Amino acid sequence: MDKTWNNKAWFMVLPVLLLVAFSAVIPLMTVVNYSVQDTFGNNQFFWAGTEWYQEMLHSERFHTALLRNLLFSFTILAIEVPLGILIALNMPRKGWGVPVCLVLMALPLLIPWNVVGTIWQVFGRVDIGLLGRTLSQLGIHYNYVQNPLHAWITVIVMDVWHWTSLVVLLCYAGLVSIPDAFYQAAKIDGASRWAIFRYIQLPKMNRVLLIAVLLRFMDSFMIYTEPFVVTGGGPGNSTTFLSIDLVKMAVGQFDLGPAAAMSIIYFLIILALSWVFYTVMTSYDAER
Amino acid sequence: MSVAQNKLTAERKGNSFGQAPSMPPDAQATLARTMRRRGEQSRFWWLIPTLYIIFLMLPIYWLINMSFKTTAEILSTFSLWPVEPTLHNYAVIFTDPSWYSGYINSIIYVVMNTVISVLAALPAAYAFSRYRFLGDKHLFFWLLTNRMAPPAVFVLPFFQLYSAFGLIDTHIAVAIAHCLFNVPLAVWILEGFMSGVPKEIDETAYIDGYSFPRFFVKIFMPLIASGIGVAAFFCFMFSWVELLIARTLTTTAAKPIAATMTRTVSASGLDWGVLAAAGVLTIIPGALVIYFVRNYIAKGFALGRV
Repeated sequence: MDKTWNNKAWFMVLPVLLLVAFSAVIPLMTVVNYSVQDTFGNNQFFWAGTEWYQEMLHSERFHTALLRNLLFSFTILAIEVPLGILIALNMPRKGWGVPVCLVLMALPLLIPWNVVGTIWQVFGRVDIGLLGRTLSQLGIHYNYVQNPLHAWITVIVMDVWHWTSLVVLLCYAGLVSIPDAFYQAAKIDGASRWAIFRYIQLPKMNRVLLIAVLLRFMDSFMIYTEPFVVTGGGPGNSTTFLSIDLVKMAVGQFDLGPAAAMSIIYFLIILALSWVFYTVMTSYDAER
Repeated sequence: MSVAQNKLTAERKGNSFGQAPSMPPDAQATLARTMRRRGEQSRFWWLIPTLYIIFLMLPIYWLINMSFKTTAEILSTFSLWPVEPTLHNYAVIFTDPSWYSGYINSIIYVVMNTVISVLAALPAAYAFSRYRFLGDKHLFFWLLTNRMAPPAVFVLPFFQLYSAFGLIDTHIAVAIAHCLFNVPLAVWILEGFMSGVPKEIDETAYIDGYSFPRFFVKIFMPLIASGIGVAAFFCFMFSWVELLIARTLTTTAAKPIAATMTRTVSASGLDWGVLAAAGVLTIIPGALVIYFVRNYIAKGFALGRV
């Protein structure tokens, strides 16, 4: 769409700007402040320069937590996005099935995150959980508390359970917005199911898919509550993702300097990766 | 026929139809036939959604099942339904007045946040969808970066900031703090919906003598009603499920229900029955919201030609 150049539009953006600046810029500057200072307690701070940043960038603990988190994010994206598209494509478009599907699928999204953790903790337990009990009846020694692989599978399945619906709902919104004329034209041309998907549905879902991929990537990269409730970051450190590590450092050990430096690096990584996603997908958008 | 030609034809057709404000009735009849034919081609289309919904419901069913058992029964016997159904767990919760306030607190700040987020985002999204202005792309991305900021980063500075303003333990503190991620999201969603409305509609309204506020409320907002619904739904959702920030900014007077739950859980660590009942009770408000907006959302999604 052609947009007119109008700098007065700034006035319309102003409320949002003030609101977000209050909640974002001031706290972020506090974090920056901590990241370049050291303290011996009693609120006495002195300049530490880039010391914390150097320490963080060379820390083994940070590297492994980062790799773990990246692995987690890409795994759940690889599962949730195709699965979400598949389900959205097969959802009913009219009739009583639409509200039923929407209500039931949206349900996990509206459960507070610590309750999601609790649900899966209870569901997977070998002694009282349906999943744990069933698996052990089948002769599989499933134990997410002790086996790192099982803990990983549990956390990933939990995330798929929790968030695939978001992808489904967004894709569905994109699908129903396709003008019927597109399908009619495809019918006239005798297009195959795949051609309809590839050349009509997928390009039209581009925008919502961008939203879905960005949201899922960002949220999985800062996941905290759910794995913390289920595994507590264990067994060992096998499910200690970045946020869990950060809170452990800031609140548990009260290492403000390193925690703040880690926050900044963490934030910059998210920023950089999201920017890449955003640019790639919008330039793809512009090409078409 | 080649696929590229298909695409071209589809686009040509789409353009000729896309400019018409609504579909002619005969095209709707054709569509109905197309939909029926589509149903015949893939008889098992319902299988995938059904399997997915079963997968979604199993853990919730298990939680509800547990909430009607005594802790002794949960630990001793394994059954798919409560052998001796009991309301004891719910009674434990409902006799404790702090639970009511937990619910009310959560609802208050979530509603406040949804209203603030959508109201602030509407004009901003309009500006982004209709105008180019100095630094617009940078501003848009900066807004999104706040949606990406990990809450764990903000926990400590938020506490200090809101203490300085004397806002700790108030509903408005949580509502404003949640704007950090909800306002950018609302702007983004609304911008998407608004860009789908042809600009000619704006221009026609101005020619007809509408002032901007009147045009915005009377003509534009009904056009993107589904978008507003979707944005409000997402704001409600992300504010309702967030716990880390809400818990940090409240102590007693505005404590959210989910935080009340963690406290009870840690106090009675092994009381699985009460834990399950508390979990079920936190699912109910979300389920109610979806239930009440189901037609609106279904209709909104179905009509919202983005």
